[in-house]
This record gives sequence, C-alpha cells and structure tokens, in this order.
Amino acid sequence: MAKYIGKRLLYMIISLWLIVTATFFLMRVAPGNPFASEKKLPPEIEANLQAHYGLDKPWYQQYTDYLVNVVTWDFGPSFKYKSQTVNDLISEGFPVSFLLGMEAIFIAVALGVLFGVIAALKQNKWQDYTTMAIAVLGISVPSFIMASFLQYFLAIKLGVFPVARWESFQHTILPAIALAAGPMAYIARLTRSSMIEVLANDYIKTAKAKGLSSGVITVKHAMRNALLPVVTYLGPLTASILTGSFVIEKIFGIPGLGFHFVTSITNRDYTVIMGVTVFYSIILLVAILLVDIAYGIIDPRIKLAGGKKGE
Amino acid sequence: MKKRLSIFFSMLLVVSMFLAACGGGGDNADGGGDGGKDVPQELKVNINTEPPSLNPGLAQDSTSGTVLRNIMEGLTRIGQKDEPEAAMAESWEISDDLKTYTFKIRDAQWSNGDPVTAQDFEYAWKWALDPNNQSTYSYQLYYIEGAEAANTGKGSMDDVGVKAIDDKTLEVKLVNPTPYFLELTAFYTYLPVNSKIAQENKDWATDAGDDYTTNGPFHMTEWSHSDKIILEKSDTYWDKDTVKLDSIEMVMINDPNTELSMFDNGELDWAGAPTGALPTDAMQALKDNGTLVTQAIAGVYNYKFNTTVEPLNNENIRKALSHALNREELIANITQGEQLPAMGIVPPTMFPENEKGHFPDNDVEAAKEFLEKGLEELGYEDASELPAIALSYNTSEAHQKIAQAVQDMWSQNLGIEVTLDNAEWNVYLDKLDNMDFQVARLGWLGDFNDAMNFLEMYKDADGGNNQTGWEDPEFQKLLEQSQTETDPDARLQLLKDAEAIFMDAMPVAPIYFYTNNWVQDESLKEVFVSGLGDVQYKWAYFE
Repeated sequence: MAKYIGKRLLYMIISLWLIVTATFFLMRVAPGNPFASEKKLPPEIEANLQAHYGLDKPWYQQYTDYLVNVVTWDFGPSFKYKSQTVNDLISEGFPVSFLLGMEAIFIAVALGVLFGVIAALKQNKWQDYTTMAIAVLGISVPSFIMASFLQYFLAIKLGVFPVARWESFQHTILPAIALAAGPMAYIARLTRSSMIEVLANDYIKTAKAKGLSSGVITVKHAMRNALLPVVTYLGPLTASILTGSFVIEKIFGIPGLGFHFVTSITNRDYTVIMGVTVFYSIILLVAILLVDIAYGIIDPRIKLAGGKKGE
Repeated sequence: MKKRLSIFFSMLLVVSMFLAACGGGGDNADGGGDGGKDVPQELKVNINTEPPSLNPGLAQDSTSGTVLRNIMEGLTRIGQKDEPEAAMAESWEISDDLKTYTFKIRDAQWSNGDPVTAQDFEYAWKWALDPNNQSTYSYQLYYIEGAEAANTGKGSMDDVGVKAIDDKTLEVKLVNPTPYFLELTAFYTYLPVNSKIAQENKDWATDAGDDYTTNGPFHMTEWSHSDKIILEKSDTYWDKDTVKLDSIEMVMINDPNTELSMFDNGELDWAGAPTGALPTDAMQALKDNGTLVTQAIAGVYNYKFNTTVEPLNNENIRKALSHALNREELIANITQGEQLPAMGIVPPTMFPENEKGHFPDNDVEAAKEFLEKGLEELGYEDASELPAIALSYNTSEAHQKIAQAVQDMWSQNLGIEVTLDNAEWNVYLDKLDNMDFQVARLGWLGDFNDAMNFLEMYKDADGGNNQTGWEDPEFQKLLEQSQTETDPDARLQLLKDAEAIFMDAMPVAPIYFYTNNWVQDESLKEVFVSGLGDVQYKWAYFE
C-alpha cells in the first residue's frame, strides 16, 4: 500500500509539472497583457511595469522563476488586485468554495442515492417515473437557470431564503442546491441502473430465499455493491464541483475561488492564473487518489498494490 | 459494518429532510418601515467587484474610485452643483499666468487624529510619480511641471512643481494654464495620503485597520476582500454635520440579475449604475413602472475607422458609413437605456449643442451621395464591388446586437457587405493596438469634465488611444492653442472648432452618448451622481 501511494505521488508530481508547463506556455501565447485597458497607458509607464514584474526577461528565465514559485508556494502579488497576494486570494477564497462544494456534494450524494434506490426498488412504478423525471430535469437544466429559478421562487416569491451573498447558513442553501442539482440527478440514474443490475444477481435471490427482510437485503447486500460506480464518480465530481462553481459563485455573489479561476484569465493576471491552476490541479489529483484508495477499501476484489503477479 | 451503513443512510435521510425544511424559520425581520423620525441611516449598495486598490496612487478604475471618493478628500470635491468646491483646501490663489496655484489647507484631521498637512499632498503625488511604485494612473499628474519627466525617469523628483511651503500651504506649478485643474484636484490620483503612516508601512492600503486612515466623510471599518466593504460616518471629518448616513455597506455582486433581485427583495437600496448594472431585459419593465432613473454622463460609444486601410482611408466612405446609421432606432430597440444619439464626439454634458450634433441622424440620402463620391475617388463603379468590411467588437451580447444591427443598416442603406468579427477582450485590445481591424467599437468615459479629454487622444496618429491612424495639422494646432489660451470663451471656441474638423474627417463614427440607469429606494434622497457618472454619498439620507 505504501509503495503504491509513493508511486502515485511521483506520478502526481509529474502531472503537476506538465500542467504548470502547459499553463505557462498557453498563457504566454495568448495575446494581450495584464496592463491592457481601453485607456492605454503611456509606453514608458507600461515598460516600467513590465520590468517590475519581470515580464521583460527571456521566457526560460520567467519559466524557471515560475517553477521556483510553485515549489516554494509563493506566487507573488496579483497584477490586478494590488492589495492581495495570490496566496491571500487562495487562502481566503478556497475555504468558501470548499464549504459550498462540500454542501453540494453532500446534497447530491444523499438525495441522489436515495432517489436511485427508490427508483430501482419500485422499478417501472410511479415512484420510478417520478424520480427519473426529476433526474432528467436535473441533468438537462443548467445550473445558472436552476439558480435564477430558486432565487425567484424561494427568495423573492416566498421570502424564505436571502437572494444572494454569503453571510450565514441560510445564505448557503440556495447556491448549494443549485450546484448539487446536476450531479444529484446523475447519481440517481447511476444508482438506479447499478442497483437494478445487482438486484438481479443470484446472491440477492439467495438472500431472499433465506427469508431475509427486504430492508436488510437492500441495505446490507445490494447497496454496497451498487454504490461502487457512485464512488468512482465522486473523484471527478469533487473536482468539477470545486472548479465549476464559478457560475454559481457569480450569481450568488459568493467570494470564492471559482471567480478568480475564470476572471484571472480574462484579466491576464498571470500570477493568479498560475497559482489557482496549480492549486486546483493538486486538489484534483488528490481527489482522484483518495477515490482510488476508497475503491479498494469498499470492494475487496480490487487490489491496489497489484501484487500476485504471474498468477 | 453493515449496520453502520444503514445507520449512516438513515442519518443522511434525516439530515436531508432537515436541510429541505430548515428554510422556513428565518424571515427577514424588517420591522415594517413606519414613517417615524428614527429612520435607520444605513445604506446598502452594490459595487460589483473587489476594488483593485484603495491606495489613491495605485487606483485606476471606477470601483476603487467610488470607495475612495467617499472615504478620502482632495484639495477640492465635486459639489452638488457639479463644480469643484473647497474641500481640504479652504481657499486658493491662482497666479496671473494661471500656471501657479497656492492652496491653503484647512484645519482637518485624519481619522486617527493626525492633522492633514500640505506635506501629505506632496508626499502622495510624488509617490505616485515615482517610477518604483508602479502607479498606472500617474499620467493624470502630468499637468504638473516636471511630473512627466520625473515619472519616466528623465527628470528628478526635486523638479516636480509641487511643494509644501509650510504645513498648511501647498504650491503647485503647472505646465500649461489648465482651466480644469480644480476638477483634477478632486480626482483620486490627486488625493492626499497620511504621510506619517505611509512612510512607515508601505502596505498601509491593503486592509482596513489602524493604518488605513481617511480624511473624507466616511471611514472604512471593514474590508472583507471580494465580499464587502463597510463604511461608517467619520467623526473627524471637518464637515461631519452635513453627513447624515451612519453606515454604508458595499457588497460585491457581479451579476445584474442578482443585483436587481436583491433590490426587489429589499436587500439593496440601489441597483444599477454607476456602481452596478441593470439587466438589459429588465429595462423596459422598469421604464414602464416608472422607477427607472436615467441620467446622461460624459461618455461616448464609438465605431473607430482604421484610416490606414482601403476603403476606410477615404473620407467620403467613412462619412457614408456614419450617415447611414439609424442611431435612434439602435437605442430604442437594442441598447434600451435612453442613451442619446451621438453625432459629435464631445458629450452634451460639456457641449450642450451636441444634443443635435454635427449632422442629422439616419441621413440615408446624404450617405448615398458620400458613398458615390467615395467610390468614384477609389475607382469603383458600384458599392457591390467593394470588398466586405470587417466590423470588430469584443465578445459581449450587447456589442454583438449593435454590430448586427449596424451590419444590416450598412447593407440595406448602402449595399455594402459587412462581416462581423468578435474577440475576447484582451485579444481585442491587442488587435486595436496593432491596427489589425477595419471598423472597431470602443467606448470612452471621461476622466474629467472638459472637452479636452475627448479630443486630445486623436491629436497624434501614434497616440495610444487614437487607434484610427488619423491626424490633422489644423486639429493639432487648435488643441495646442487651447492649452495656452487664458480666456475661457476663446478656449471653448478653439475646442469646438477642433471638434468640427474632426467630425468633418470622420475617423470615428460616434454611436451614442452613455447614460446611467438605476433604480433606488424611494426614501433614499440626495445621492449625488456627477456628470462624469461618479457617485457621492456625502449628502445622502433616508427620510
């Protein structure tokens, strides 16, 4: 196990290096610069700024500077937000995005699994059709529409939630639901199909024959196997929820990191682009690793260490 | 293990039910606004985004400007008559050649009790001019003698024409008599800085706190980055009796629909310009129910012609294109913000006669004549022989809709084929700088309330904001004369003549003059929005 994790960490470092390199060069190939605006700066001032931020150095030197920044975890000041460093932006923005993401994942998994199981147990009955209709809606309605819809009905019409902002627990509910709707629907469908497959297995019939109650069969025997695809999906889901919360953060005025992830590119805020990309890459790589490990724990058939060669 | 799983899932169920139900408890307890005297003087506005910098020397955008204008004060402040009034300077003398200003600084205090001194101004201005400090708006100070040389490293900081004669006297020497200099001293690059603190802590402006001292109507008590800023009435402000608001909460919501929803729900007292934005789709409804407030501001939306490429190097072709536009229709159907059709380049807030402009709107007959002349000069028989003209804009729904309408007008009215070309903002600016376009849209919002600000950029073909490749010796001569002319009326006439030359050559087809549109709480009074579109809360109150 330790050997396996060690190997995976090594791969992670290589992936990270590839990501940093690709980002660096793509960023530099893109036209424009961080000081561009509709009111053009006098050329002397612009040259002075370029020199200050080291943008006049040859590319290989800038590239090595960046690598050093990544290793020492010091990305320097933001070009645009002069009162903050990139490290500040990440340490202030990420906890917010993380909380929102976790809340959304919780809702998505809890309700998704619940709906999926109900639909599978009541296959082709009204419960199945209702939950699957909800799931189709959840998948096909984009999150920003869902967000406006929730704001309109639950905040403006019914007045039970605030429209936007990030102040109290109340404020977190609408954005979390809006963010969770898509993944929840996906999980529900995933759970349903895998549950139906598992329920048709011989060992479930055996359990039934033994006279076990249907509740015990569902929870103890069927769900454990049926949830494997859901666990697999959790890795990419975590990553996509954390990085993809931009739209929701914008609509609800949430001071998260997703905002910087997107606007730094429009602003050509080089240091922020680099910092946020590296940070999110690490999150993604770690999430995938955790899922792989969890996979091995849930399903003993999967051997992580890949031992027993030549069997 | 199996038991634990089932417990886990039943807990999930319970928690999710709780989540679904728990909204019901919290009502927005707004104890009904009864018309008593004790109306809470607490304003909630949206400022859209995090202000990039609240150091006056580093600020260069309208969001930072909005915050700074309300917490700091320069030598002058734009008053409710939209003219500069005495502020930190209680009086001033101007020399006969109009090039030396001597300001007497008022007995005013910073929020920590330090006196505001002439040195604070000298320090702040020289700090912004120091090339080591990366101020991007330092060129706003180039009206001061020696400032440009010092900022570009060609001269010494000692030769900059700003000097604190004593604690309360500031002498400023200018390059030219600048009739709008007292406007400029209200601008944020000209704000003072508490030099005692700034010298000790170079990061004084990165957060609210003891080191962020202010000398304006409000004091910043909280700055939660990318989230909100809280201002409270300053009790050290010299004119604190005028200030009625106790606090201002500035939130950062970057979505027009959310902003309007929050306003509708009572979570904001103001939605829309100048600090936020209204969704275009909602304009008509807001107009219909009579709540939309519209105010003209000094800004113009332009289509710039690249006069270095055929056929746009031909004056008559440019005129044909500009005359063939139906601006009235564009505004009524597309922009929907009550903008004014622009047939001139200087906004009517400065030249009132530009409400009519230099030529009639939608003059298709004249456009056709110009086209014929232009085609003849270029050696074409018919408009259909012209190669398609590319119309460029930066990616945005609003710009796209306007471009599509213009494409249609040019093809209907003149038979000219037009292709549309959009690019992401930074890529777009790059194309403009490299003159890699034929017709391109660009807006200009005034920095100070003078026509010079709208004409100066077209003086030299290689000027950074010209972007048309056009220049004209006569135009240049008039602008130069205006800079040394000491008689205000004669100066105004020079500028008007310059504009006439510009409009006759038409290197730019102006489309419309900007307006600010907003909705506000009915009981909120006296929020002042200047002709430049800058907002001040100094006089605001709830009744």
